[in-house]
Formats: sequence, C-alpha cells, structure tokens
Amino acid sequence: MRKYINSKLEGLPPSGIRRFFDIATEMDHVISLGVGEPDFDTPWNIREAGIYSIEQGRTIYTANAGLKQLREEIARYVHRKYQLEYDPLHQILVTVGGSEAIDIGLRSILEPGDEVLIPEPCFVCYSPCTILAGGVPVPIPLQEKNEFKLTASEVLEHVTDKTKVLVFPFPNNPTGAIMSREDMQDLCRVIVEKDLFVISDEIYAELTYGNEKHVSIATMPGMKERTLVINGFSKAFSMTGWRLGYAMGPADLIKQMTKMHQYAIMCAPTLSQYAAIEALRNTDDEVEEMRKEYDHRRRLVLRLLKEMDVPCFEPKGAFYVFPNISRFGMTSEEFCQKMLFEKHVAVVPGSAFGESGEGFVRISYAYSQEQLKEALRLMKEFIDTL
Amino acid sequence: MREDILHAMDKNARISVTDLATILDASEEEIRDQITEMEKEKIIYGYHTMINWDKTNDEHVLALIEVRVTPQRDQGFDAIAQRIYRFSEVSSVFLMSGAFDLMVIVEGKTMKEVALFVARRLAVLESVLSTSTNFVLKKYKENGMILEDDKKDERIIVSA
Repeated sequence: MRKYINSKLEGLPPSGIRRFFDIATEMDHVISLGVGEPDFDTPWNIREAGIYSIEQGRTIYTANAGLKQLREEIARYVHRKYQLEYDPLHQILVTVGGSEAIDIGLRSILEPGDEVLIPEPCFVCYSPCTILAGGVPVPIPLQEKNEFKLTASEVLEHVTDKTKVLVFPFPNNPTGAIMSREDMQDLCRVIVEKDLFVISDEIYAELTYGNEKHVSIATMPGMKERTLVINGFSKAFSMTGWRLGYAMGPADLIKQMTKMHQYAIMCAPTLSQYAAIEALRNTDDEVEEMRKEYDHRRRLVLRLLKEMDVPCFEPKGAFYVFPNISRFGMTSEEFCQKMLFEKHVAVVPGSAFGESGEGFVRISYAYSQEQLKEALRLMKEFIDTL
Repeated sequence: MREDILHAMDKNARISVTDLATILDASEEEIRDQITEMEKEKIIYGYHTMINWDKTNDEHVLALIEVRVTPQRDQGFDAIAQRIYRFSEVSSVFLMSGAFDLMVIVEGKTMKEVALFVARRLAVLESVLSTSTNFVLKKYKENGMILEDDKKDERIIVSA
C-alpha cells in the first residue's frame, strides 16, 4: 500500500504543550496553573438563551456566514467597544472559534512560498496553519526588555521580498503583553511601506488591565483595508466550549473565506449563535465582573512571584503571567517537569510557545485566588530547594 | 476604593489586609484605615459566617413570617417593628411593599418552638392584625452561594 498521509502534516512536530500534557495527565492530584481557558461558567443568561433556542427547535443550519442578526450585533459590539466599523453583510464571518478564522484566513491569503511573520512566543497554531496553507513561517523573537511588544525594527529585520502576512497576536498568550496606540505607530508605517497584510488575533481584547483599553490595529491609519481582525466569545464570555468566533475584514477577503467556510464547515453551531446574540446584548456587567476578578488575581500572582524573587514583567492583558526562570540554570521544560514531579504543580514551559519562550514559564491565573495561593506556595517551596 | 473593598469582603469576609492591598493596588495602611472607618460608620455592621446547619447535629429551623400590622400615628411602622425585633428569636425584620407589612425571620430549634413563639409573642401584640408562618424546608442558594455545589474543575489540565 502506498503512503497515504500528507507529508507536510506528518512533518509537523507535535506541540510542546502536548508532551507536557501527557506527563501531567498521568499524575494524581496535580494542582494545575496550566490551562488556557476561563474558570468561570458561561453566564447563565447566555446558557439560558442556548437552551431556549434548542427548545424552539432552532436545530437547523444558519446562513453560511452566520445569522444576520448575530452579525449585526457583532458589528454594533465591536463599534461600541473598539470603534471598529464593519458592514455585517459583507465584512463579517462567524466561525467555529477564533481558530477556524485563523486557519481559513491564512489559507485564503497565502500562495506557496509566501512568508508569514509570527512574533513569538505566541499561541501554538499560527506556524502549523501557515505551513499547511503552503506558507513559510518566519518567527520574530520578542524581547522581555521590550515587555514582549513587537517593534517596527524587529519587523524590518525579518521582512523579505516574499513576506506577505504579519500575524499580530495581542493581548498575547502566553506573555500577557499588549500593544498601545503609541506602540503601534512606527510599526504600522512599516507595515504599509512593506505592503504587508495583518492577521490580528484579538481574542483577549476584552481582558486588559489598569488603565489600558484594547486598541485594535485596524483602527490605525491606513490599516483597516490590510487587516483581518479575529475575535470570538471564548475568553470574554467564558464560552470556550461553544466554539464560536468571528473574522472581520475587507469584503473581498471575507467573501473568499466564506466560500471556504461553506465547503468545510457549512455554518457555525446554530445554538451557539443564538446564545452569542444574548451574550453581546446583555452581558456587559458579568464580563466586567470577570475582568475585575482576573485583574485581582493578576496582582496577587505578581506579588507572590516577587516574594519568591522570580523576575516577571507586569503583563497588562489576557490571563497569564510569564516569569523569567533562567537563573535556575534549567530549560523551561526541565523546570516544569521537575516542579511537576516534586510538587505536583503544573505550569507550561515557555518553549512550548516558540524558541524565544525558552527561559520562561507560563502561569495561567484562570483559577480561584485560593488555588493560586496554594500552587504558588508550593512553587516557592520548590524554588527554595534549587 | 471603599466600594472595591466592600465588594471583595462581600465575597470573602476573611480576606487578609495584605491580600486586599495586593488585589486593589493600595497600601495595607490605607486598607486598614478604610475598614476601621467603615466599621465606625456602620457601613460594615458585622461579620457573619455562612453555615449550612443541615450538615451539623444542631437542630435548626428557619421561618419567614408575613405580618400585617396597624401603623401607629407619628411612628408609622417603626415602633411595632422595634417591639418585634427586640425578641432574641427574631433574626431579621424588613418593612415590605405588597400584601403584608413586615417580614419577620425567626430562627429556632424546632418547628414547634417557632410556632409557639408566633402564637404567644407575635400574634398577641396589639398592632398585629395577622401572621402567616412559612417554614424553610431546604436552602438551595443563600447570599450568592449555592449550598450543594460540588462542581469540579473539569478543564483539561494543560492547554494552549
């Protein structure tokens, strides 16, 4: 029998997080600070709307691009939240999570050999999706001294004649870094000058702290026509399992993405779409409550890290901190495995998010304050033995 | 700042001053001063432990008693409310809108004890026109807490 598995796919390395996951799940009584999803339940009004849609027998396909009503709500929501303006009929596509939007966005843009700039450390899917779409991922290692922000000069250092796309993942998983309007000014000039297209993954947009509000790169001068904005319901509304996201961008791109989505997916889950309408209309208070609680935990974790003398820049977004553990003379994977075996505490090696994550670990604070305290107490005990 | 402290303490009355200072980004001294001030002003008028008595060996019944009364000249409902809330059996008294006037919450060891209190102490008061006693049979949720909530963290242990 001939070899039937696609070689590009087979050649992809399994994600570093997967290796660590396999070890952690084998163990009993692990206290995890390792997850990338909220600990809150989806607010009840949203769940209730989902249940009601099933009761009403709304168990059929929707339009390929998503319910018109939902796209209209999305347009209103992103306008009042981020001053983004999109036409719900031609510039918005409802997808199965932000992940699908990233995948079909890349596949709708890339030709074989096109290079994609990917700032690292970052969420694990950009590079594999680029490869599967025939593109060539070009990582840009971000610097701790810049608070893991992306600078114009870093883009210039990595851009070539073949560069077509810049992936722009802020607020960032795993670092918690954000990009302010000032941070993006020079960067956007370079993007326009080099004629790059931006895929802006803004899934954590609602989770920023201090006085910082999320600024979408698509609101910068000259950027809207060259940006695909990706957002979704998973993080802000605690709706990971509902698998619902959306992409917003130029009508010609959204049209092609909708075609691909139509053939591969048909439409995003109908019940999730009805629940999402309720989420956008009536959940501002609950979302703000959750955001405040994350902010409290963020400060708590930063204090506890400071008390154990582990350097960590102050992240202003998402729900992660990314402390520097290089002084312990181990790779981040060794550090995490040793702590897992000795203290049964799971955090994720920074190297799982790209080579430049080496020397760091990702701590998620999507956990109760009690659990964070207990886990970090054990982490302190662990560090004291090193 | 005060409201932030209150919201945090409303969720957890035992939160330490250090933790409050951390999560609210203030100094410990500032937090301590604010709490003391709010105690003086009776904004914080006590600290209460939420107990599920059903899980103990203690007998414990709770009754919500709807009371209709005649308000008194110059004093409205205040005087009669005071005569009721001074009984140690009474844990709460609220003036209500609607079909009755006072909601009186009484705690006792047995239903009989509570019923006798109503008959002998409450119903006989001059201004009381009628009482209707409702016993609590089961508590599902109280003060924002679900009592039988043994929900586990089912998220996969490590995820991107």
